[in-house]
Amino acid sequence: MLINTTNLNISYDYPFHFNGGLALFFRQKTLNPKSDFHSSKALCQRSSMAIFGAMIARAYSSAATRSLRVCVVGSGPAGFYTAEKMLKAHEEAEVDIIDRLPTPFGLVRSGVAPDHPETKIVINQFSRVAHNERCSFFGNVSLGSSISLSELRQIYHVVVLAYGAESDRVLGIPGEDLSGVHSAREFVWWYNGHPDFNQFSPDLKNTDTAIVLGQGNVALDVARILLRPPAELATTDIASHALAALRESSIRKVYLVGRRGPAQAACTAKELREILAIKHLYVNIKQADLQITSADEEEMKSNRIRRRVFDLLSKASSSNQTRPSSGQRELHFTFFRKPDKFLESNDKSGHVACVNFEKTALKGSAGSGNQIAAGTGEYEDLKCGLVLKSIGYKSIPVDGLPFDHSKGVVPNIGGRVLSSRDVDQLEDGLYVCGWLKRGPTGIIATNLYDAEETVGSISEDLKKRGPTSKFASPKPGREGLLQLLENRNIQVVTFSDWEKIDSEERRHGSLSGKPREKLTNWKYLLELTTK
Amino acid sequence: MLASKSLKLGTQAIRGLSRGLLFSYLFSVLRMLIIVFIVSRFSKPVAQATITRRKQYVQGGELFSTTATSSADVENEEKKKISVTFVDKDGEETQIKVPIGMSMLEAAHENDIELEGACEGSLACSTCHVIVMDVEQYNKLEDPTDEENDMLDLAFGLTETSRLGCQVIAKPELDGLRLALPAATRNFAVDGFKPKPH
Repeated sequence: MLINTTNLNISYDYPFHFNGGLALFFRQKTLNPKSDFHSSKALCQRSSMAIFGAMIARAYSSAATRSLRVCVVGSGPAGFYTAEKMLKAHEEAEVDIIDRLPTPFGLVRSGVAPDHPETKIVINQFSRVAHNERCSFFGNVSLGSSISLSELRQIYHVVVLAYGAESDRVLGIPGEDLSGVHSAREFVWWYNGHPDFNQFSPDLKNTDTAIVLGQGNVALDVARILLRPPAELATTDIASHALAALRESSIRKVYLVGRRGPAQAACTAKELREILAIKHLYVNIKQADLQITSADEEEMKSNRIRRRVFDLLSKASSSNQTRPSSGQRELHFTFFRKPDKFLESNDKSGHVACVNFEKTALKGSAGSGNQIAAGTGEYEDLKCGLVLKSIGYKSIPVDGLPFDHSKGVVPNIGGRVLSSRDVDQLEDGLYVCGWLKRGPTGIIATNLYDAEETVGSISEDLKKRGPTSKFASPKPGREGLLQLLENRNIQVVTFSDWEKIDSEERRHGSLSGKPREKLTNWKYLLELTTK
Repeated sequence: MLASKSLKLGTQAIRGLSRGLLFSYLFSVLRMLIIVFIVSRFSKPVAQATITRRKQYVQGGELFSTTATSSADVENEEKKKISVTFVDKDGEETQIKVPIGMSMLEAAHENDIELEGACEGSLACSTCHVIVMDVEQYNKLEDPTDEENDMLDLAFGLTETSRLGCQVIAKPELDGLRLALPAATRNFAVDGFKPKPH
């Protein structure tokens, strides 16, 4: 059934056109029906088509109104919340989300621990956004190598960078490059099946002791994965290479080491409660460390999270057994220790064997009101065969992007990118959201409010510019991006391609009682989407 | 199919006209109008489709939305439903009827109220944070569990009477409940937001 709408004046005013169709129809009455039967039949046909055409045109009228082309770089929570809010705030917006991986969702897929499936439910909401008619996902497109930032800014009216933080803060101490010293980020990506890390192979068999530097939620995650009985992990979506390695792991003792005290521990109650509840786990928290000063009290008074964490640590300390029974796994919370250097094993194999710590004491800091750790000159060694540094992530700059290297973020005001840290000049049409904007802190929900602020800035800027601004002139947008990528022979992974990967993973997983079996090989992932 | 059907009706109407049967003409037109209107009701224009965050249990489409019932029905429904008012961050109030046993998050989604629910009620986030506006009503609620408190720790704009919407279940004593949606966006500071003192 072909509807010829070229003769019809398609307007989006549905009732008008419907009436127009009816008017055509009613006009028949005034003609001589007998003599004009054939032409009246044709006219009748056209009027019915007109009414029907109005309905179709109304339903598919969006194409002409997509005058605002937006590109979001990064498909994690920051990217998806930004896309969702842009689509909602601007009916004329068309949003393309690009990601360097073939799989979307950022850290929700590669960061959230396998034994935290409820935290990943937000993927349902993000999938709904990706299914929006005005939204597209393009995976395997890397900012910097597939396409440059300046090219993106030429193709789109608005570019929002939400690509997070894929690097780590460094301690900058001797021995940091010994084998066996890794960042927690690498370890997490490894057990979560990130395609860049399926060959990572941490050595879990040379030792029974691992030291985790840091006491935030990521530190607790890696400690928990090391200490949990592998049978409990077998029914999660943990990568199979990691599960196999953990089954053979000889690690039985994990130290969670912080520079400051229990009143400053960066983890939150839910994660702490969870790790303390691991079956048959011996938890050691020294009573002496729990002595708090009035400065500690002051800090905790206005901070509900810190108070509840401290209470949990106190309870765990007083209720534990005095010594571990043989064969029991151990978790030690070590406070007031700052790593000074990593020491190599005696056989000089280049592998870490020990961490040398300096004892610290808390000192009030003039500016922030928070106490900082100051070295006391006393040192202590802790033997281990694996070190995981969980001291914070860091963002990576790209060409053409102003960057504040000391803070590791893009200089911005309310999400609008500044040309440089000191100059009060804005980069036109360039915005940031998420960790790249405010640093690697917060939870998934933090990005909800972050995205609202950035989209608010974009909306304000659009309103200010008006019809003669650069936002008014048309840009190639999605078509331009796809053409450019095709010219460069870059295979784009669409959202429905991801859904193929997704159903394949879930099918595989169901064969072994897991919610999904993550596909971790780049080549295979891309091959799957061409079938 | 529809075009040919309307075409058929149209030609029938014309034939009716030429035989001078006004009634059959009017009847055909009426039939066509009914068909067209019913079809337009079901094909919601895509350009206007809002991104909904509803769960599976919601029956989509305008035909099934719950709205305030007439006063005559209120007495009958009070036994099974309570009245809840949501106040958004701009002060706009929306009153809805919530069946006993339903959570406030579910009720909000069924009535198109903008309450996020990232983890869909599994106590793994804090996005359905609501503020109970009346202390007495807050006290009528059961104490939050440790798990809920753990999530409330992380909520933006936390107050003394804050709860998670997915954990507040409608019961008869809560009739007239007033819930405020937090004005977190106003307070969000880019350099590191900290929850208010509790």
